[in-house]
Amino acid sequence: MSAMLEVRNATVTFPRPAADGGRLTAVGGATFALQAGEILGLVGESGCGKSSLGRAILGLVPLAAGEIRWRGRRIDTVPREAFRPLRRELQLVFQDPAASFDPRMTIAESVAEPLRALVPQLSAPDRAARVEAILGEVGLAVELAARYPHQLSGGQLQRAGIARALIVDPAFLVCDEPVSALDVSVQGQIVNLLARIRRERGLACLFISHNLAVVAHLAERILVMHRGRIIEDGLRDEILQAPRHPYTRTLLDSVLAVEPVAARRLIAARPSSRDAVAAPELTP
Amino acid sequence: MSALLEVRDLTVDFAGRPAPRAVDGVALSVAARERLAIVGESGSGKSQLLLACTGLLAANGSARGPVRFEGREILGNARSAAAARGRGIGFVFQDASGSLTPHRRIGDQLVEVAMASAGTGRRAAVDAAVEMLGRVRLAEPASLMARYPHELSGGMRQRVAIALMARPRILFADDPTTALDVTVQADILALLAQLCEDLGMALLIVTHDLGIVAALADRVAVMYAGRVVEVGMAAALLSRPRHPYTAGLLAAVPRLGGRGELATIPGAPPAPGEWFRGCRFAPRCPHRAEHCGVDDPVLAGPAARGVACHFPHTGSDTA
Repeated sequence: MSAMLEVRNATVTFPRPAADGGRLTAVGGATFALQAGEILGLVGESGCGKSSLGRAILGLVPLAAGEIRWRGRRIDTVPREAFRPLRRELQLVFQDPAASFDPRMTIAESVAEPLRALVPQLSAPDRAARVEAILGEVGLAVELAARYPHQLSGGQLQRAGIARALIVDPAFLVCDEPVSALDVSVQGQIVNLLARIRRERGLACLFISHNLAVVAHLAERILVMHRGRIIEDGLRDEILQAPRHPYTRTLLDSVLAVEPVAARRLIAARPSSRDAVAAPELTP
Repeated sequence: MSALLEVRDLTVDFAGRPAPRAVDGVALSVAARERLAIVGESGSGKSQLLLACTGLLAANGSARGPVRFEGREILGNARSAAAARGRGIGFVFQDASGSLTPHRRIGDQLVEVAMASAGTGRRAAVDAAVEMLGRVRLAEPASLMARYPHELSGGMRQRVAIALMARPRILFADDPTTALDVTVQADILALLAQLCEDLGMALLIVTHDLGIVAALADRVAVMYAGRVVEVGMAAALLSRPRHPYTAGLLAAVPRLGGRGELATIPGAPPAPGEWFRGCRFAPRCPHRAEHCGVDDPVLAGPAARGVACHFPHTGSDTA
């Protein structure tokens, strides 16, 4: 059986800021596959290329090399304008819900936006009915539909962000750090909502996060990225209990337990608490 | 014994209509060499409390105390607050860029601080600056001195910001690692712990991260909706929370060994100043009773262990 999404040797480059004509490699030859209904975790630190990889899959940044196949068909070569029908199947949930909503539009208008753009033949009453149904599905009270983004809490706004991604009935969701802007007491509500919706709709999902513990709760398979490369791809329990790559081990060893003895042991073991840290290589 | 820092009935208000109150009657103290963490979520008032203590509130904010550092009032008097900063209070912020002047070389900024704090000449100040960089474990201080802040990584900038503090008796830190990657975060926390020990420095750290509390704090104060709802020694509070909010927060932390559903606290905290009668956590509390919505619980118990709840979890701290 072929995978729903196949990423082969995907490479993403950006022009260097110094404008010397060279390019920085954000993603260097990423290869993985995702099955229908699977939730795959993608972890790594800032600048490792995880967001660029997610955006490349959605056709938002071009590939410099490699290929991306969706249901067996190459989609990385599809020109931007022709990508629209695919947009209905592949959707994105953003990190910062506050920044991803137009402050001058009501929640209902923003959530309806993808329908307006991708299913223009739908009548206004049908569109309104879809918006109402989807807001209910993500647990937003109907009276919030007429409000503006600044009138909602961070958690409510992220629910709206999920509703906006789901309204076109996608088969695949890229969630790019969907809970990292939220408080701990609210973060779990969103993680659980995503888990439930994914289960009920049989969605495939690439869940991108810097937080290994959040990913551990959700994903059965995890990719670890470091400096633009996928350095580990395995089942959650293998990765967490027997990581093969030294970087994965470093990442795991940096997670603070909420327990003083363990947390203190962790920071006391940092070599740099005593030794000097070398200056990083400066990018030209 | 008098505390190094003594905060009593601190309120912080912001101009506006209705005047949003960020901090609502907070009392706490920090002893010499003690490390106190204030933990809370956004809107809890924790950052405004810290800014008020350091005299750095925004212009439309006003604080009432007293807040005493080594017995002297430091609130409401910009000059005495600035002097206190020079004479024993240091601070680091979430983003180290705020502590550093972007267009000046690292060395010049350090030398200036060294000259001001030690009253020495330039030659001696340069030596002091090199020593300061060594103390925060930055390699090749001489070459670093010639660099500008933007040429450094986030973790290195935070180290320089800490170096700029000279030798404070108390360091105020506002989530100093929240903008950093986890691998760098552990290094900066290790550095802070080491400096507290080496310099005999007290620490008041504000954070949303209970892992940081576990790693650094002797004692913890938990804030919710402008107030301290629980205070206790870190080991006791983290293993046997008494306030339902503390318990909920601890349960909600995602853990590497966690699978499936995360524990959550329903609802969201009230917006700053949008407070109501009775316990402010009551609408989200699994143990609320009728009079929780009427009677405001006060923080009761000794400074080492207090809780503001009508129905706290009970049990001994010495298991």
